[in-house]
Amino acid sequence: MAVKNQAAVAERGIVSAHDRRRASVRGSLGVLQGGLLATLVLAGLGPILWLAKAAVTPTQDTLRQPLGLFPHGVDWANLATAWGRAEIDHYFVNTLILAVGAWFFQLLVATTGGYVLSVLRPRYGNLIFGLVLATLFVPAVVLLVPLYLTILDVPLLNISLLNTFWAVWLPMGASAFNVLLVKRFFDGLPREVFEAARVDGAGPFRLLWSIVLPMSKPILGVVSVFAVIAAWKDYLWPLLVLPDPDNQPLSVRLPAIAPYLELDVFLAALAISTVLPIALFLAFQRLFLSGAGLGGAVKG
Amino acid sequence: MTTLSSPLRATTADAPPSSPGPRRRARRTPRDWLRDGGLSTLVIALPMILVFGVFSWFPIGRALVMSVQQTNLISTPEFVGLENFVFVLQDPLLGKAVANTLWFALLALVFGYPLPLAAAVLMSEVRRMRGLFSALAYLPVVVPPVVAVLLWKFFYDASPTGVFNTIAGWVGLGPFPWLQNADSAMPSLVLEATWAAAGGTVIIYLAALVGVRTELYEAAEVDGAGVWRKIWHVTLPQLRGVLFITLILQVIGTSQVFLEPFLFTGGGPNNATLTILMLIYDYAFGSSLGGNYGAATALSLMLAGVLAVLSAIYFRVTRPWSS
Repeated sequence: MAVKNQAAVAERGIVSAHDRRRASVRGSLGVLQGGLLATLVLAGLGPILWLAKAAVTPTQDTLRQPLGLFPHGVDWANLATAWGRAEIDHYFVNTLILAVGAWFFQLLVATTGGYVLSVLRPRYGNLIFGLVLATLFVPAVVLLVPLYLTILDVPLLNISLLNTFWAVWLPMGASAFNVLLVKRFFDGLPREVFEAARVDGAGPFRLLWSIVLPMSKPILGVVSVFAVIAAWKDYLWPLLVLPDPDNQPLSVRLPAIAPYLELDVFLAALAISTVLPIALFLAFQRLFLSGAGLGGAVKG
Repeated sequence: MTTLSSPLRATTADAPPSSPGPRRRARRTPRDWLRDGGLSTLVIALPMILVFGVFSWFPIGRALVMSVQQTNLISTPEFVGLENFVFVLQDPLLGKAVANTLWFALLALVFGYPLPLAAAVLMSEVRRMRGLFSALAYLPVVVPPVVAVLLWKFFYDASPTGVFNTIAGWVGLGPFPWLQNADSAMPSLVLEATWAAAGGTVIIYLAALVGVRTELYEAAEVDGAGVWRKIWHVTLPQLRGVLFITLILQVIGTSQVFLEPFLFTGGGPNNATLTILMLIYDYAFGSSLGGNYGAATALSLMLAGVLAVLSAIYFRVTRPWSS
């Protein structure tokens, strides 16, 4: 018995292996977990499945029997109408452009910044690192208005970035969490490899591009996926700095066009906007579920 | 996931050797600096310095200045002392916004704090298909927030054939007015916000539960503890640190709630869902006559100050047992 317990130690949870074999314990645990699974399916998957169904259901059916299962057949044309006539295609492309640009600048700032702070370590490095960390403690709301005025009149350049994608891309690059994440990853890389590369005559640019970045694919993956997701989710900031509808992403356009669209087309538009984030989630599930995205919550 | 987490965890353990390059007593001249690669280091640091400088450090400093200025983009800024703060504090809507935000935060704690914890503890006992459980729990988090709000707005339709009212009708309840009624509007917003955020908290708790020292369960069993006492005396005490972090994160997040009231109700009905961030937005961008940027910044700084004090107090109080 004792030996068996030893083997189970690594895997055991709150309920011991011994208790798990008892019928009453197994029964109640099964009921609880079955109930949890049912609740999760209903609450987590339910609304998304409903949206998928409503996207291809005629308006009248959705209004009269919102929970009926295709009372009068399927209307696939909703998707095409939303994509084409409601110009979802155009806003989808805008969202993609915003996401790709935000991804590029977040990666650029985080990798070069992390490299300087972790590997090159100039004398002013600690000061800069301190200033970067300090921004983590400033709630986003403080930046809202002064950052907006900065976009209207960028210091040094004296130009306005209003209505340009730069207004979304560049501020997203200033993510202290990304710099911290990448710096800590670089800190864990073996220094001997860097020294060997230096002895072989690699300069700082070559060292970053050919040695450090190829060794850092896991963390670059984390930063990339969360950069794209964050850009896809953003609402208030693009609403402020992209007043021209031609440049707006899906998140800003959807509430604006809602009153002008027929319900079935609108729900199809919502469904189309959800496809890419869900596809990313399914493809990179382990990344999301490992808790690596804690930073998304911190940024608030 | 080991490839991901191990380098992160290893950072404190094996700190890198001290920085290479000769350390000299003599003063370094600009020529030494150039020869040691100082210029290329600076070039590589430039994206970080410029992006943070222009889009983070400069606006933060500007917020402090703007809060004591009269700024509206038309006339030149003018220093007005604490007038902006006085204006905000005398605004009759401020009390309403603060009360609503506190109400939102409280409801979000009641709905959203114990639920993910209970779900995570139960899920950690799942032996098969645990991945399915956590994927289902996390799914709402990936739905774009705007889509989620617009979808739920339709669910909250007040007519008897609304989605939620249809479901309520099956058990003989309703129809409820949901968003249309001043009393039920806020709980409706919180319900959606909880749905959208709970999955993230579940994942954090699940990760923390992996680190719970299981030998203590054995010890508790020897002492005759049942499941509830094991959870109460072994599991929860070991989660203190993470419970504290999620609490702080939730308070900081909910005190800046904007999307739900803005898109669901526009602050209504009768200002019942007007929150602090919506008031800031109204000051700065709500009027076509030009924004009251000074008042908006003053209010955002006051909110940031309260949050800082709250976190400091909480840290103080919980330090003896959170480390």
